Amino acid sequence: RKIIFEKQWFYLDNAIGHIYGTTFEVTSGGNLQLKQETEETATETKEAGTDNRNIVDDGKSQKLTHDDIKALKDKGIKGQEIVQQLIENSTTFRDKTEFSQDKYIKKKKKKYEAVITIVRPSTRILSTMYYAREPGKINHLRYDTLAQMLTLGNIHAGNKMIVMETCAGLVLGAVMERMGGYGSIIQMYPGGGPVRAATSCFGFPKTFFDNLHEFPLSKVDSLLSGTFSTESLPSETEDNALVEEESNGSIDEKQPSVQETEEESTTEPAMERNQIEEPEAMDMNAEDTGFKEKQGKENNENVREKQRKQQERRKKLVEAAALLREKNADGLIVASKFHPTPLLLSLLEFVAPSRPFVVYCQYKEPLLECYTKLRERGGVINLKLSETWLRSYQVLPDRSHPKLTMSGGGGYLLSGITVVSGKSNSDSSSLEELKTEEPSSKKRKVQDLHC
Amino acid sequence: MSFIEYGDTIKDGDTAIVFLGHESMFPVKVQHGSVTQTKYGVIRHSTDLIGKKYGSKVTCSKGGWVFILHPTPELWTVNLPHRTQILYSTDISIITMMLELKPGSIVCESGTGSGSLSHALIRTVAPTGHLYTVEFHQQRAEKAREEFREHGVEHLVTVTNQDVCKNGFGVCSIADAVFLDIPSPWEAIGHAKAALKVEGGRICSFSPCIEQVQRTCLAMEEHGFTEINTLEILLRVYNVRTISLQIPDLGKASGDNSNIGFDSSNPTNQGSPCANPQQGTVQFKSGVPLREMVGHTGYLTFATKS
Repeated sequence: RKIIFEKQWFYLDNAIGHIYGTTFEVTSGGNLQLKQETEETATETKEAGTDNRNIVDDGKSQKLTHDDIKALKDKGIKGQEIVQQLIENSTTFRDKTEFSQDKYIKKKKKKYEAVITIVRPSTRILSTMYYAREPGKINHLRYDTLAQMLTLGNIHAGNKMIVMETCAGLVLGAVMERMGGYGSIIQMYPGGGPVRAATSCFGFPKTFFDNLHEFPLSKVDSLLSGTFSTESLPSETEDNALVEEESNGSIDEKQPSVQETEEESTTEPAMERNQIEEPEAMDMNAEDTGFKEKQGKENNENVREKQRKQQERRKKLVEAAALLREKNADGLIVASKFHPTPLLLSLLEFVAPSRPFVVYCQYKEPLLECYTKLRERGGVINLKLSETWLRSYQVLPDRSHPKLTMSGGGGYLLSGITVVSGKSNSDSSSLEELKTEEPSSKKRKVQDLHC
Repeated sequence: MSFIEYGDTIKDGDTAIVFLGHESMFPVKVQHGSVTQTKYGVIRHSTDLIGKKYGSKVTCSKGGWVFILHPTPELWTVNLPHRTQILYSTDISIITMMLELKPGSIVCESGTGSGSLSHALIRTVAPTGHLYTVEFHQQRAEKAREEFREHGVEHLVTVTNQDVCKNGFGVCSIADAVFLDIPSPWEAIGHAKAALKVEGGRICSFSPCIEQVQRTCLAMEEHGFTEINTLEILLRVYNVRTISLQIPDLGKASGDNSNIGFDSSNPTNQGSPCANPQQGTVQFKSGVPLREMVGHTGYLTFATKS
């Protein structure tokens, strides 16, 4: 399969079998080849200038033309050679200072040497990658902010976590990585189903998904008020439409798995868009595995299969509902495009007392409101509104300085700890009362002065 | 309870956090018969704590009350007894992510110091990982061991009392990550490399001074580390406040009674000492930065062993 990335294209075939971290060079045929260790010999004392007072930037200092360089590339000459040629044909190179020469070489190398290193995916790599290349998909959640969330939320093995995110599944993946397959996660999702495009990029073993549940936001209110039922699942109305279509005609039907890879990434929510575009609609439920349908009399079997899947989905939904109803989650993580206040006010009901929660928002103002509403609701302490400021440095001998500042672009966090919510006069003997209390998100509580 | 596993009720022997109010809390060792003094009065462990649910409100003898919280490494960090300058959760968060730590990871750390980072690392690598921590100060090493025991995590950590620059971490080629917070980290880079697994191990060095960072980066490069990257992270906290700003009196044009321009929808005086009762004020919610914020903790340098 051809991989295209930043004007480079290559095949990954030759990489299979090598250990992670191996560096390859892309040959002119697009194949990968192990990069030879080349000694950066600085044996010849490089001729260099002292400053740039006499260097005129007229764009004419490079004698090789575009065509010359192209010819070199076509000949299959190695990147290193091309860089060497560029240096030799630059009239100003030896007038540059040593630092400037270094910078020049680095820049040309980056452009002409096609070197790639294959690394194992991790939260570090995926979150920095997403922030750099697709920040819109993750609500501009900068990776250091994500790092704060994972720690402030005390995400660790054995937790029962509630996660609500619209960050393509990146936050979910990060939480899963920190839980190592232990414990359980209930992912709340808007619309028809959870988006887990990024989650599949982590390469988790299948067992990690055994304790990953999902629950539709649209059912939260009913769950809280006790009127929850499994009638009319969010995805079921689409299913019924599908069944009708199939029994009418012979349609070649495919049910692709929702676990898309980076290459085929679609915008979220994928399920809604597919419905509009393709009449032989795919049911984009994470539980489905891919299977192909033949035309004709197998439509009946298809209908049965559909019903079986519906049963299974219903079963899973009931399981997730039961887990939520226990109201003993060990933490809550919210990172979505929605206004955080209604999410927090309802989802906090499912969290046990003395547990941390963290909400991310791209903007500060909604969190101001959230803070106020939480104070009114009560049952939370240690509320903190914060953002982190990250600065990168270039550290080179005699050339150390900050590289770039990324303040203000990383989003904001509101964090806190839940406490047992009760009447202000509750004494120790009313533990029973506290245990059986049905916390209602609609009950207004006057937050005490202490918190 | 334990630092690595949540429990529901307070038990004898637990370390719990007493929360009195904004920014005011302290750790307490729960023991039958013990008594803890707070500004709201006395807390009797046997009756007020043991058997209660974590997160409960406890009324003290003078009538005021507190919340009893389950310990977490983050709460521990802001409440632990300092023996040295410690790392706070902001730095700890980015370190954890950049070192790619997760359950099962093997981590090496030096110096142990007051154990702030140590507790966070143990929590992250539990239940199948391990922390090898090296502290050259004998008493601090012993105190750390004691604390880990008290907090029920001693099976996940090994404290070694030696100089990491001379004798390394005591392990070879097994660590997924190494963390250095010592005065001369460049002297320990070689040992760090030896402790790290053959390929893909991550290293982090924390230094307050840029000169230390320069030497460390050089040492990393000389030892063949790649992806060397230095950054710093700072926390900005905001107080949520309702602010009232006065509307200035710009006078009136003759014969004109209307308020030109600025529309004050909340014409209430918020206790302003202004003499003119006609003045309106406007209220709004704001996230106000604290007057002073931490300006620098240290530079974090990360790299990969290739």
